[in-house]
Amino acid sequence: MPADPVLAIVGDRAPKEVYEAMYIKLGLDKPLIQQYLIYLLNVLQGDFGKSIMTTRPVLDDIIRFFPATFELASVATIAGIFIGVPMGVVAAVRQGQLIDHIVRVVGLIGYSVPIFWLGLVSLLIFYGWLGWLPGPGRIEVYYDGIVDPTTGFILIDSAMQKEWEIFRNALSHIVLPASMLTTFALAYIARMTRSFMLDQLNQEYVITARVKGLSELAVIWRHAFRNVLIQLITIIGLTYASLLEGSVLTETVFAWPGIGQYITNSLFNADMNAVIGGTVVVGICFVGINMISDALYRIVDPRAR
Amino acid sequence: MSSSTAVTPNSSRRLKAWLLSDSPESVFHARCQRFYLGWRAFSTNPIAMIGLLIIVSLVLIAAFAPLLTQGNGTEQHLSDRLSAPSGDYWFGTDELGRDIYERIVWGARITLYIVGLVGILVVPIGLVIGTVAGYVGGWVDNVLMRFTDIFLAFPRLILALAFVSALGPGIENAVLAIALTTWSPYARLARAETISIRNSEYIMAARLQGASGLRIIYGHIAPLCISSVIIRLTLDMAGIILTAAGLGFLGLGAQPPLPEWGAMISTGRQYLLDQWWVATIPGIAIFVVSLGFNLLGDGLRDVLDPKSGSGA
Repeated sequence: MPADPVLAIVGDRAPKEVYEAMYIKLGLDKPLIQQYLIYLLNVLQGDFGKSIMTTRPVLDDIIRFFPATFELASVATIAGIFIGVPMGVVAAVRQGQLIDHIVRVVGLIGYSVPIFWLGLVSLLIFYGWLGWLPGPGRIEVYYDGIVDPTTGFILIDSAMQKEWEIFRNALSHIVLPASMLTTFALAYIARMTRSFMLDQLNQEYVITARVKGLSELAVIWRHAFRNVLIQLITIIGLTYASLLEGSVLTETVFAWPGIGQYITNSLFNADMNAVIGGTVVVGICFVGINMISDALYRIVDPRAR
Repeated sequence: MSSSTAVTPNSSRRLKAWLLSDSPESVFHARCQRFYLGWRAFSTNPIAMIGLLIIVSLVLIAAFAPLLTQGNGTEQHLSDRLSAPSGDYWFGTDELGRDIYERIVWGARITLYIVGLVGILVVPIGLVIGTVAGYVGGWVDNVLMRFTDIFLAFPRLILALAFVSALGPGIENAVLAIALTTWSPYARLARAETISIRNSEYIMAARLQGASGLRIIYGHIAPLCISSVIIRLTLDMAGIILTAAGLGFLGLGAQPPLPEWGAMISTGRQYLLDQWWVATIPGIAIFVVSLGFNLLGDGLRDVLDPKSGSGA
């Protein structure tokens, strides 16, 4: 990994004058503090500098790469909610029984497995051995560029333009990488749902509901679960945010053209503007998502106002 | 606590009575008793025991690596490159003909090294910042906690990536980057504990006796924060291992020819479809170890932290 940004641009055979001209052009001769302040000022104006790799403004690059990551994280979160929440509820209702232990172990496995390794193994099995699913990438090369990127989400764009063949192709490509992220999301969501549910099921209003003769289903879903739902908003926000992180490794494994791959590729090309820009943007999203879920929590739960 | 194996039944009974007597005679006696009772609770939890077993095996494998293998995991047998698992090479060989079994065994040392170093760096930083912020309060608390929040706000791996890219790749820098991104929850934890005990009577008593703030923090508050910090560390170990392996996988952690498990997966990736063992076996090692730490942390939390006892 070259660490000198000047060398990364001019190459190591450039004459000294060219090197020095670039050194001054990049502002590296100024004191560090001054360089930092200039950078901060530019960032506040939405200018992250230019990427060496793509020679385009970093912000444009990020806008181009971000939808792929967002699409992946969204599919994974939705799948995580639809599988994880019922798992957590069932585990809490059947506390201490076999199903509870299974959920717990599944959760621990989801926490413990290295996501990039799981990605490789699933590629090996479902693409290499069984041939059920396509290999790395977001879409087959020959479909690339046919759909206009209105939203940047291939699934939505192709569905809007009624390109069902492309939609199917994109869908089959997203299955594996999204499953990897889902494994993590699922573990977290199921675990938290279980512990929230246990809190609620031990409360007196649940006893009242049972005494009134409500069916077990009504007690669980209409009474206890509704209170859990509010707490789950924060958890889902956190999951979303952490999937942005998990996407770095997943995108590397699946050659997924998203922000994570952009950051790592830039890293290996000593493209510091891109690395820092990408990191800052992911950080902002992370904080932003957490703030949104906090705000939603206040809106939904009257007690927190 | 298997020290009773070599002694007679009579003295083992006496040891047990000593451990369970309800009037401890010394601080040491009380500590032994607490440890014994904790162990009794812990050892009845099968999941936690499996975790402990995994971690103990990891430590033993790392310690006795020279006895378990013939080389140190870096010898190349180019004539046997990429050979499948067999009697000669239990886990097969990699692209340079290095024995994957040997590399896994020696990689255990690297894993322990990373985890240990991160733990040693993170716990004191978190404890100092958290206890001082919680005990002193006021603007000191505000400054320290906003500083902590900055680190808490960023996703760990991405922040570590940025740090490593600034520091340069390598195992020490990876450890440093992971530590820099891991300490913040410990500071929060220690602060919360400190605030909850800051106004208790025995702290008042210590203050009346003239103990300085520093002495109260290190003599009376920090020791009480240790148990929750250690539980958190055990639960975090898996995350630390996964982050380190992720950095290694991206080529930013341990550099070749070190047998780091994440880096091994990364090279095995090129041979994935034809020589599956090169990439998959190191991953199993990472998975088992991080599962071990997760199981252990879960069990420890049940034992050491009765408040969250609803775990199992």
